[in-house]
Order: sequence, then C-alpha cells, then structure tokens
Amino acid sequence: MSAEQKSLVQVRNLKKYFPVSRQLFSTQRRFIKAVDDVSFDVLEGETLGLVGETGCGKTTVARTILQLYRPTSGQVLFDGVDLASLQENDLRKMRSRMQMIFQDPYASLNPRMTVGAIIAAPLDVHTRLDQKEKRDRVQELLKLVGLNPDFVNRYPHEFSGGQRQRIGIARALALNPDLVICDEPISSLDVSIQAQVVNLLEELQNRLGLTYIFVAHDLSMVRHISDRIIVMYLGKVMELADRNEIYLHPLHPYTRALMSAVPIPDPDKARNRKRIILKGDIPSPLNPPQGCNFNTRCPIASGRCFQEDPEYREISPEHWVACHFA
Amino acid sequence: METLMRIKDLHTRFHTQDGTVNAVNGISYAMQAGEVLGVVGESGCGKSVHALSILRLIQIPPGEIEAGEIWFAGRDLLKLDDSGIRKVRGREIAMVFQDPMSSLNPVYTVGFQISEALMLHKGMNKNQARERACELLNLVGIPEARKRLDNYPHQFSGGMRQRAMIAMALSCEPKLLIADEPTTALDVTIQAQIIELVIRLQEELGMAVMWITHDLGIVAEMAQNINVMYAGFLIERGNVHEIYHQTRHPYTLGLLGSLPSIDEAPGTRLISIPGLPPDLIGLPQGCPFYARCAFRADHCRLERPELEEAGSSGHNVACWRWREIDAETLRKSAGGAQ
Repeated sequence: MSAEQKSLVQVRNLKKYFPVSRQLFSTQRRFIKAVDDVSFDVLEGETLGLVGETGCGKTTVARTILQLYRPTSGQVLFDGVDLASLQENDLRKMRSRMQMIFQDPYASLNPRMTVGAIIAAPLDVHTRLDQKEKRDRVQELLKLVGLNPDFVNRYPHEFSGGQRQRIGIARALALNPDLVICDEPISSLDVSIQAQVVNLLEELQNRLGLTYIFVAHDLSMVRHISDRIIVMYLGKVMELADRNEIYLHPLHPYTRALMSAVPIPDPDKARNRKRIILKGDIPSPLNPPQGCNFNTRCPIASGRCFQEDPEYREISPEHWVACHFA
Repeated sequence: METLMRIKDLHTRFHTQDGTVNAVNGISYAMQAGEVLGVVGESGCGKSVHALSILRLIQIPPGEIEAGEIWFAGRDLLKLDDSGIRKVRGREIAMVFQDPMSSLNPVYTVGFQISEALMLHKGMNKNQARERACELLNLVGIPEARKRLDNYPHQFSGGMRQRAMIAMALSCEPKLLIADEPTTALDVTIQAQIIELVIRLQEELGMAVMWITHDLGIVAEMAQNINVMYAGFLIERGNVHEIYHQTRHPYTLGLLGSLPSIDEAPGTRLISIPGLPPDLIGLPQGCPFYARCAFRADHCRLERPELEEAGSSGHNVACWRWREIDAETLRKSAGGAQ
C-alpha cells in the first residue's frame, strides 16, 4: 500500500506440494501442487483477505505461513526472519506471535477441557505465569471477547457456535500476537452471528493493533473486512489489489465471476446485474490444465492461454494480476 | 392465479427428554401456482421442519404434527393415509436437500436412482425410464449425460450431485419443488450455477418453488414473495420489494443489516443482532424476539403479536410497534444497540 507501512510477513515464491501415494510398479511420483509459487506481503496492521473456492490452496497458504506445514520451497519471512530455516525451538518462540482462529468452532475446542483451560493452554506453553495470574488473564480475555468472565469453569458444549468462536478468538489472543490468521472463522455460523463475530474482530483489531489474514470463500464478507484482497485459484494467485480497486476494476475473469456470484440482498440490484456463470467444475489439483490454470472455465480463454502460463505482474501500482488479457 | 397450497395454523412439536420443542408454532400462508417463495430464517427457526411437515417427513415419535391443515390440490395432506401421502411425495411435491452426498445412495448408480422414481410413479419400464433419466440429466446441464448415468454418486462433484438431485426431483414434473438450502454446501461459483439452473427450470416448467435459506441475499434475486421465520413463527411476509425496501420487522432488518452491502463505504459497521435465538423448549409468553429487539416495549414481553397487515395488502408483520418503526430509525438504533 504505502511506503511507510512495514511488511510484517513476506511470502516469497512459496510452494507446497503434497506427494500422492505411488501406484504399484509406477516409477513416477505425483504431487498435488496445493500452493504453487505464491508471493505476497502482509502489511502491519492491515487485514489481508484470501479468497478462493474449495481446493484453491488458501488454507494451505495460511498453514504454511505458520509452518504447520513446512514449505516445499520458498520463504516465509516474519518480521525479517525466515521461518522455514528455523529449528523447532526457535520456531516455537516465534509462534507465540502468530496465532490462528479455526473454521469449525465445534472441532477446534477440546470437549474435555474447561473454557479456562482451553484459553490458558497457550499461556502454559509460552509463559511462566502462576495460577492466579493465568486465571486473571483468562478472565480478562473472556471480557475482551464479550463473554462473561465467570464462564471459566464451563465446558464447550454449554456454548452456542458464535460463543465458541469467541472462545477460539480469546485463545488466539492470549499471547498478544502480532498476526492472527482467521481461517474461515464465520462460515459455519448463522448470518446474524456472523455479523457479531466480524464486528468483534474489527473492534479487537482497532484496540490491539492486530494484523489479520482473513481466509474465506465468500467475497462479500472478505470485502467488508479486508484492506487488500488476494484471489487464489488452483494453488496460484490470480489477482491482488486494494479492496476498492478489486471491486471497481477487477481485471482477472475469475475475480469478475466471483464478484458476480456474490448474492446481493436487494431485489432490484440483484435482478439488474449481469451474472457471469462459469462453466463446469474446478479441475483436480492433481491434473491442473496446461497453460493458465483457469483456462478450462474461463469465458475469454484463447490460444495462448492453453500453452503459456500467464505471468503474475503488477499492472498498475499495487494491483497484481496473472492473466494474458489484463 | 390459482392457489396451489394453503397452510392453516400448522403446529409441529418434538417430544424430547428435555421437554417439548416447539419447532413450528401456528403458521398460515398460501402459495400460488408457479410462485417462487423464499423462506428465510436462522438455524432452528423451524423453516426446514415446516417444509418436512408438508411432506409428512417428520419422524413420529418424537415428532408430532399437532394441529393444522395443509391444503394441496383440493385435499388436506395431513389427513391422507400412508399410501396417499406417498403418491404426493416426489410426484406432486418434490424436495431437494442441503447435502447432496448424504441424500444420494452411494451403492446405486445415479441413473438407477433417477429411473426408480419414474418406474414407481409413472409406471415406465426400465428402458423408458433410462431414456427419460438421460433427458433429465441433460436438462440440468450435466455433460455427457448418457455416460454419466452409469456413474456412482462419488464420481460426481458436489455441484453435479446437486444437479442430479434436482433432476431426480423434477423427474415426475412436480407442481411444487421444495429446495432446502440446496447451495449451502457448495462453492460460490457453483452456487451461482445452481441458482441459475433453478430459475431457468422454474420458468420453463412453470412449477412453484419454495427456496429455504438463511441468506436473504440468495432469494432477493429469484423470489416473488418472502416468508421470514423466527422461533417457529412466521414474523413477516410480503412480496420481495416490500421485504427488502419497506421492512417492518426489527428481526428482518437485523438480518439485512448483518449482510455487507456490495457498495458500502470502507469502515462501515455491520448491524448485528445481539444475543441468541430463544430456546424452543418453553418459549417466552410474549414476542419471541423480545430479548434481542432494539425496539421492545413492556407490552411486547407480555403479549405475543399476531400477523397483521402492514401498509399494503399481502405485506404482513407480527410486531406491536411496526407503525412506529421505519427502516432508517431502526437501522440507526440497532447500530447503537450492539
């Protein structure tokens, strides 16, 4: 964005390939290229939206940044330090500065632990607080996310989905992280509760100066919360730009299609807009098409797109796109 | 237009160990032939249970359709015997469910599952049914339909499975198609495909469609009328323009405010609805939305509002204070209430 804003995370040519089990007598090893040569920066204090459909690699990017998956190649610089080169011990220290909020608030909280123990778990690993200090911190965190501090001794099953997500947020904030990766934190919640959680995330960002990477498949909420947006498809970045730029001047045909697929809660506007309906399904990442990844569904694909992979380039200041026709 | 279905005072409950769950609490409305109706509400508002009650797919016990009438094509569906309702299911009223994988049988081919209904309801022989199944897969836009007939559900992608479910639902040319969150499990671009498909089929075949969803964004585009449900009650009903532009119920406004608008300015806050929906065991005596409402008065806690006409004919709302509330003031005060 602007020169004075510092990059907190720099992702450089990141690749993550998962090997697929070899067939009997086959000599050839096959890989799923979940993330294939992705580069971007996350600026301090911003919310970077990461959108794409199932299998586009958005969650893998998020997890590889945290080194929950070790990258196949490429660098992830966090505050100037290459995380991929760190040993376990040094990495653990860095991890307290980056936390994650998960998609499914039912699966991400241990049903046998009390809320107090769940939120205190990061404190147990990373700090040497005594029992009382820990308890105070947990209660402070519960208040911060809008829950009653007396809930410390309750179990996750006593809470609704939205409340559980708040518990997950409290746990992520326990160590005062710089970076919080939100991996589809609202997609399993009801509409009215989604708005509560999004408002809470925005409030916490203002108050604590957090940096977010917000992963989602729903462009409308991402546009609402993000400063800049990355659109991914089949392991590659298709477009990266400022939220308004991507809304007003989407350059990649996939971004345009995604944008036109967003439901509009207004009958007149919804009926008057032109929808771009993409044909077919997302190809399997095991067999990505030759040339541009998107050529099987692209409405404007022609000759060149089937041979040459388009270069990911800066088309106007801070607006990056990978398309021959942009 | 002729009335296709008329529901009168439908009550559905579930008797559980913890008490009686009041899932549907006296719903009445009518649907016209060829109408597209959006049924909107959050999880647990009774929107699916009311649809399942129409087809009598509620498991009894623990469920019970306690009272009400559902008039469809001149008879009360709730009074039919088992073989009578079986003739309605699939033939006159068909349903598409949320999760296409768990609604398809994994051990039969897709072609067989579509033909099955045709042989049962239409008395076709095997070859005729297969021919028709192939046509249907074509109709819903599955490429190489003939080859695909012999595929099993796991060989289909999520979007294709939902297309196959729609093909199956359309196989007997129903008068009413009930779609229960058919796109919730799908990606956005695939969701757009399915919505486009249903709109096209509805126009071609002239059937009525009931689209059940939690997202007011999806039905804005296709529905003529909207029913908004909350805690088992119908709380607002009207044509699509009234619901979105002359909203009268604070809950409907809250749902609309929870969605980011596509042309909002940066830094706009969403209007969320504070709190949680009420427990359906032991509902409060007054308005079910009382606890979360930014406009509640003492009266609302004591007496439950009935659905009444608000402004124009056909726009009904169950709120004591709808006259005092216009969209702008509610928007402001709901924004401050969080």
